[in-house]
Amino acid sequence: MIEATGLTKSYGKTLAVNNLSFSVAAGQVTGFLGPNGAGKSTTMRMILGLDNPTGGQVTIGGKKYHDLKEPLRTVGALLDAKWVHPNRSARAHLQWMAKSNRIPNSRVDEVLATVGLSNVANKRAGGFSLGMSQRLGIAAALLGDPEVLLFDEPVNGLDPEGILWIRKFMHRLAEEGRTVFVSSHLLSEMALTASNLVVIGRGQLISQSSTEDFVSRAAENTVKVRSPQLAELRDVLQRASAGVTGDEKALVVSGMDSDKIGEIAAEHRIVLHELSPQVGSLEQAFMQITGDSVEYHTGLDAEAQHVLESAQ
Amino acid sequence: MNLLAVERIKLFTTRSPWWCALITIALSVGFAAILAGATESTDSLTVSATQFGGSQFGIAVVMVLAALAVTTEYRFNTIRTTFQAVPHRSPALVAKAVVVGLVSLILGEIAGFGAWGLAVLMRPNDNLALTTGQDWANVAGLGLVFAFSAVLAVAVGIMIRHSAGAIALLLIYTLAVESLVQLIPKIGNHIHEWMPFNVANKFLVGSTPAGNGPPPSDSPLSPGWALAYFAGISIVFLLVALGVAKKRDA
Repeated sequence: MIEATGLTKSYGKTLAVNNLSFSVAAGQVTGFLGPNGAGKSTTMRMILGLDNPTGGQVTIGGKKYHDLKEPLRTVGALLDAKWVHPNRSARAHLQWMAKSNRIPNSRVDEVLATVGLSNVANKRAGGFSLGMSQRLGIAAALLGDPEVLLFDEPVNGLDPEGILWIRKFMHRLAEEGRTVFVSSHLLSEMALTASNLVVIGRGQLISQSSTEDFVSRAAENTVKVRSPQLAELRDVLQRASAGVTGDEKALVVSGMDSDKIGEIAAEHRIVLHELSPQVGSLEQAFMQITGDSVEYHTGLDAEAQHVLESAQ
Repeated sequence: MNLLAVERIKLFTTRSPWWCALITIALSVGFAAILAGATESTDSLTVSATQFGGSQFGIAVVMVLAALAVTTEYRFNTIRTTFQAVPHRSPALVAKAVVVGLVSLILGEIAGFGAWGLAVLMRPNDNLALTTGQDWANVAGLGLVFAFSAVLAVAVGIMIRHSAGAIALLLIYTLAVESLVQLIPKIGNHIHEWMPFNVANKFLVGSTPAGNGPPPSDSPLSPGWALAYFAGISIVFLLVALGVAKKRDA
């Protein structure tokens, strides 16, 4: 649905997006991952025709955003919840947006009800909490009942109930056949929400694949095994060419899945107390793969190392 | 047409346009009251004197209203929401200029007739009847001058994008620059003859000196052409602003 080819954007001397090509398909939630300064927001603005690309192009359903008639009916976007005039009421904000795309006024009340802001519809938007502003932005994105939805960090400021709500909501939208493109920093949340990932760093594409593939490619999958006959098990596994590390309490086996380990143990009549596959986390995968392309480093390199090591 | 409704909703659902409108009318009518009260009973108040507040100060406030209508959109980034909803930027911005212009027109009529009406009430014996065409231009024409000034201010707002900067520029220009240009030796007066607000004044007061009101304009154009000149300048500014807004990132 969304097709970017060779997208490039430079602001003066800074190259924010560099020859980025990716595609986002309908019917699933695609995550847009990248460290700070990677160019995610810039890319989203270019999709919406707010910033002009210096090179390349991006189309939605084959058309450029500029060529869409009544674009809010095709693409709904929440880029920044703060893009609201503080003295205007929530209802008035949605009303002018609806009017601009000939969306009936009744739809305004519908979306306000969907996000749970009906009670404060006539209050000025400046008085809203962060969570309420976020929900207003989501309401605005839903106004035209669009088939493509773009969210730039939608869970910012939502409480756990809100985060769960938005995750379920995005899944439901995807199930309805819509295209959902979400950018986020919350890796754990992204792992639960997105089925596909577009990962960028320093303005360039790092990978585009399903979430599972991304995680399994980057992080090593190991199996943790505990047994009263640990030393014997270690020998047996090493003879079967698995990589084995660990101490007297447990073994960490790599290069062999848990089924095989269980069968080998059974062959040699070794009792198992624990056989648990350790799936690499998205956080690990992310740190590993994007480690080189973080634009604005904090002094947390040591912490990053710790995260990588702690899972092993 | 739709876009006009959109801009109308935007304009009327925030507080500053209402306040600016109130201040404009208060300044125009208030000045008329002051002048009517302060003129000696032996002197006679003229029609153009009643319009003094409106044409000199009310106009500045209307331009602030118009500039804010654009610059607050840039400040709160609702301009990005606007361009997201309406990717064709020129029609959206033109709609804004039209709505703001129309509102300023109405404000100008209220201010002009309000000031004149109050003066008539306070000094019924002075010859304040609207007899000549120039008299009518003076009172009813204020709305037109307000309208085109507002369009000019919208254009400046689009180009500068910054509230304080746009307002400072517009206020300093309307209140000081044109008069100060006359101090430039040799060419000052020539330049002044063609400066937009001076020409707009020609449309309003003509060339006969007015009693206690603003000094007559030294523009060589006839009042009709003066209005056309002023309108033309504001439209040229708007076109330039549209070109800039189209090319720029939102």
